[in-house]
Amino acid sequence: MTAENLPTLHALRRSPIGHLTDVLAEHSAAGRRSVRLREVPFLAQLDLQLHQHGSAAFDRIASALGEPLPTTPNTAVEAGDLRVLWLGPQEWLLIGPDGSAPATADLLRAALGDEPGSLVDVSANRTTLELAGPAARQVLEKGCALDLHPRSFGPGRCAQTLLSKVGVILHQVDAEPTYRLLVRGSFAQYLADWLLDAMVLL
Amino acid sequence: MLLIACPWCGEREELEFHYGGQAHVGYPANPEGLTDSEWAEYLFVRDNPKGLFAERWSHAAGCRRWFNLIRHTVTHQILAVQSNRPVAAGQPKPVIP
Repeated sequence: MTAENLPTLHALRRSPIGHLTDVLAEHSAAGRRSVRLREVPFLAQLDLQLHQHGSAAFDRIASALGEPLPTTPNTAVEAGDLRVLWLGPQEWLLIGPDGSAPATADLLRAALGDEPGSLVDVSANRTTLELAGPAARQVLEKGCALDLHPRSFGPGRCAQTLLSKVGVILHQVDAEPTYRLLVRGSFAQYLADWLLDAMVLL
Repeated sequence: MLLIACPWCGEREELEFHYGGQAHVGYPANPEGLTDSEWAEYLFVRDNPKGLFAERWSHAAGCRRWFNLIRHTVTHQILAVQSNRPVAAGQPKPVIP
């Protein structure tokens, strides 16, 4: 793959539920009980694993990103246009805009240096569904066992859990609330169908 | 359904976890010296107590970390969770009965 071929290849990309864009828009309702669903396709996703928190690489990555990696379980931070989600004691997911993966990877590889760690581009692993609106929490509560009430789950929180039996990374982006659901491509159609059904009768 | 407190993620439903069997089964110090029946004993035979049982669990749908817990096999009460998570300063370490 050469750089001059990239525009052609980008035009050929298909997201797992790209064919549902219009359906999702039709079912997104306005008003006080509103809930909106859309796909945010092709986000850049990098999986970072470090040997341990206290390493020099951890500090170098913090200064490269402008924010330290979150060490509190199930929290996320924003660093510029990147969102960094805690996935495990030494594991993070960095989410950036479409096409930003190579530049972010170079930045992190330079910060990692010779220290043990791993950085993998997992952009094609998951697609992102965005569920937003005053009633978004009621929709999720139909299939998620987590306590999503603002007293225990708010903006900047993330969790790897099950939604209607499907493994998702759930990330609350803002207080409206807006949730982002990162789901594996092969489960995306099922999850979108389930969410559309859950949105019908609130 | 059990409500299991993952050492990292907090309380989650049992569905998110994978069961790993009895904890603290040590690898034989001298495996080549074992008879076939002793080797089979090590591989396949596990305790089956009616009472407290130390077992391994993995938070498969979450942080994917392994940890141990003590569960009462009759009441399903979970008495202690043990992991390699560093204990925060000032907090007591869990006591395993």
